[in-house]
Amino acid sequence: MTESDIIVTGIGGQGVLTLANVIAWSALREGLDVKTSELHGLAQRSGTIPCHVRFGEKIYSPLVLEGKANLIIGLEPLEALRACYYGSRENKTIFLINSYEVIPLSIFVAKEKYPSLNHIINALKSFSANVITLDASEKVKNTTGGIISTNIYILGYASAKKLIPLKKQSILKGIKEVIPERYLELNKKVFDLGFKAGQ
Amino acid sequence: MSEKILLNENGMKIILLGNEAIVRGALESGVGFASTFPGTPASEIGDTFAKVANKVGIYFEYSTNEKVALEGAAGAALSGVRSIVSFKQYGLNVSSESAFPLAYVGVRVGMVIAVADDPSCWSSAQSEQDSRYYAHLGHIPMLEPADSQECKDFTKIAFDLSEKFNLPVFLRLTTRVSHTRGVVTLGRIVKGRTKGKFLKDSIKFRNFPPHIIETHKELHRKLESIRQISEEIEMNFFVNEDVKNDLGIIASGVSFNYVMDALDHLKMNLPVLKLGLTYPIPEEKIRNFIKNLKSILVVEEIEPILEKSINSLAKDVNPELRVFGRSGYLSTAGELTEEAILLTISKITGKKLDHDLIAHKEDYNKLKIARRFPLMCPGCPHRATFFATKSATGEDTTFIGDIGCYILGIFPPFETQDIIFSMGASEGLIHGIKKVSDQKVIAFIGDGTFFHAGIPALINIVFNKSNPLIIILDNRTTAMTGHQPNPTVGVTGMGDQTKAIAIEDIVKACGVENFKVVDSFNVKEMEKTVGEFLQNDKVSVIVAKRECQLLAVRRKRREGKAIPKFRIDQSRCNGCGICLYQLGCPAISVENGIFDINEDLCTGCAVCVRICPKRAIKVVR
Repeated sequence: MTESDIIVTGIGGQGVLTLANVIAWSALREGLDVKTSELHGLAQRSGTIPCHVRFGEKIYSPLVLEGKANLIIGLEPLEALRACYYGSRENKTIFLINSYEVIPLSIFVAKEKYPSLNHIINALKSFSANVITLDASEKVKNTTGGIISTNIYILGYASAKKLIPLKKQSILKGIKEVIPERYLELNKKVFDLGFKAGQ
Repeated sequence: MSEKILLNENGMKIILLGNEAIVRGALESGVGFASTFPGTPASEIGDTFAKVANKVGIYFEYSTNEKVALEGAAGAALSGVRSIVSFKQYGLNVSSESAFPLAYVGVRVGMVIAVADDPSCWSSAQSEQDSRYYAHLGHIPMLEPADSQECKDFTKIAFDLSEKFNLPVFLRLTTRVSHTRGVVTLGRIVKGRTKGKFLKDSIKFRNFPPHIIETHKELHRKLESIRQISEEIEMNFFVNEDVKNDLGIIASGVSFNYVMDALDHLKMNLPVLKLGLTYPIPEEKIRNFIKNLKSILVVEEIEPILEKSINSLAKDVNPELRVFGRSGYLSTAGELTEEAILLTISKITGKKLDHDLIAHKEDYNKLKIARRFPLMCPGCPHRATFFATKSATGEDTTFIGDIGCYILGIFPPFETQDIIFSMGASEGLIHGIKKVSDQKVIAFIGDGTFFHAGIPALINIVFNKSNPLIIILDNRTTAMTGHQPNPTVGVTGMGDQTKAIAIEDIVKACGVENFKVVDSFNVKEMEKTVGEFLQNDKVSVIVAKRECQLLAVRRKRREGKAIPKFRIDQSRCNGCGICLYQLGCPAISVENGIFDINEDLCTGCAVCVRICPKRAIKVVR
């Protein structure tokens, strides 16, 4: 089998769906079949948003089989941990995690614990031998003043590191298909920034 | 994405959400009228029509509820204009009173009813309803697409079937079809009729005995004709038809895809019958398929409906056949997954998986991961209303919830949703509770929900004389499903100006004498009003009015207005934590006893400023 199985996760408002959609269009631009699965409504209100992206010659299920993800992109560390069962050491899953923490309210009103980044990386060791953390939001904020295009920075990084088996040109086409015209230049710039960081 | 959906390039491949592909299918079928009441997982069908209706010159509306939406679409189809109505599963319950007699009356041209079920309740809360029962109950044919391409193709077939048999046709979707994006090969957009005329008929359209019995017979004749079509129709097809095995599989909807991947992962070839037209089912095809099998696995979303039909067909041709499916072998609740199907095929055949799914998940379940509740957004007016209501009432107060963003009041720190069940139910429930008890009880209902089903219930309260307190959360939009306009807004789904209907005017017209409009952000006023109104011996209504903060912020940005930011003056803060533990604002957090406001998240509502007993929260800019 030659399918690529990717999970993009994070919380509502971080651009999870946009990133998944960009990857999907990039795959289509290489003539591949592609499916993504997302959740809306109740699940979306600052809750966790795991989004599945699968592409290859022919794609049936829109969902990644547990343990079979090639790449898990976590726009938020706790959410990467929550989705970690889609990865496995056997399958050589790579985790790419933005270190920007968004503390859930449950920490304050239900006395739960937000683990340290080190704790999360340790916990992920049972699911992957390759966990990459990035201070992407920090870098994006320094350059653009906001954190909104963190998703595209990470995409640039993943592209440079060849974590997504699609050509850079196809990914740039994917960005053009999905990102609204008025934000396009900004996002191209952020993509380059991420790409350089990954080189 | 709305522009892409209008590309009129035959054969071009684009990516569409399942729900968008339904719209494209309708546009390729010459639809002229579309209506909906927003409900996830169906919402994007209506929202996509809202974006394109003006551009393609068709009519679209957000109706006040699903029954009205269906009746509107029926009126159009009876007048010769092709129509589509869409809603989520409970919307079908609301509209069923008209859907069933419509099947008897019939339609003149194609009419499609798209209904989206939500296995595992990912995006809607109330129950795991399987809408396929309605096909049986209403004598209405049903198609079940498995991905975006089928969403588009089946919509077209549904229109043609509907028109051929003068019957409305169901498209049954599930969350993983509606909210999956996939590649769709486009056909041509067809400009359909948008104007028609209703032509009277002395019998046909008037459901009235005794001819209704004849109509019922005719309906069964139609279904038998469609059953014959289902024997041959392309959407009911075999995979691996020539493979000889003791075990076969029948699958419908998205779970067909899980089956195909599961067989691939197991490196097995089993014969699979995929059903797209699932009511009426191709009985002959199924009999021929199952007569030489020893066992069959039936894979379907939610209830064992196909499974039971296949059990009964097996009695004729293969009484020894073992039928595995959702009546026990696969889980009786929740959505299906490839994992579940892999484990089931492995159990039936003894074929081992290459990795241990169960042990893998057990490793995961050992991790303790802090929960992330879905939350009301920073600055949400409902948060202020819940805060004020909680501080004005005691522990002995019961809160009746309803359907909308405010359902998120279920979580700490508010827990203001002691009963939740259906649109508008809060008012009927509180009436009954107040009739049999003297409890302190408050019902919450949103603006869209009030228009949907709250008005008859409020009239009932006045008519039958109970004395509850109802708080109508008027945030000037239908927020939960994506900010669709409702009658408070003054704008239609096509963007036209219309009369804005004030909720307080309706409350008054329903005969409620004791009511007050309060700004949700005015916490003091709200506390005072709740306290006073709870003492009343007559029905009381508070309209908590304040625009959804997401819309307010967007509007301010558009108008170039500043959004104020706040910080906590540490020299004044005494660490009481009311702003965090009782207001539960997601922009506020505490570390080592120091409370802080996250500027990236704060939307400048200033409710924390109003409630801080030490006046420690100050505007920065």
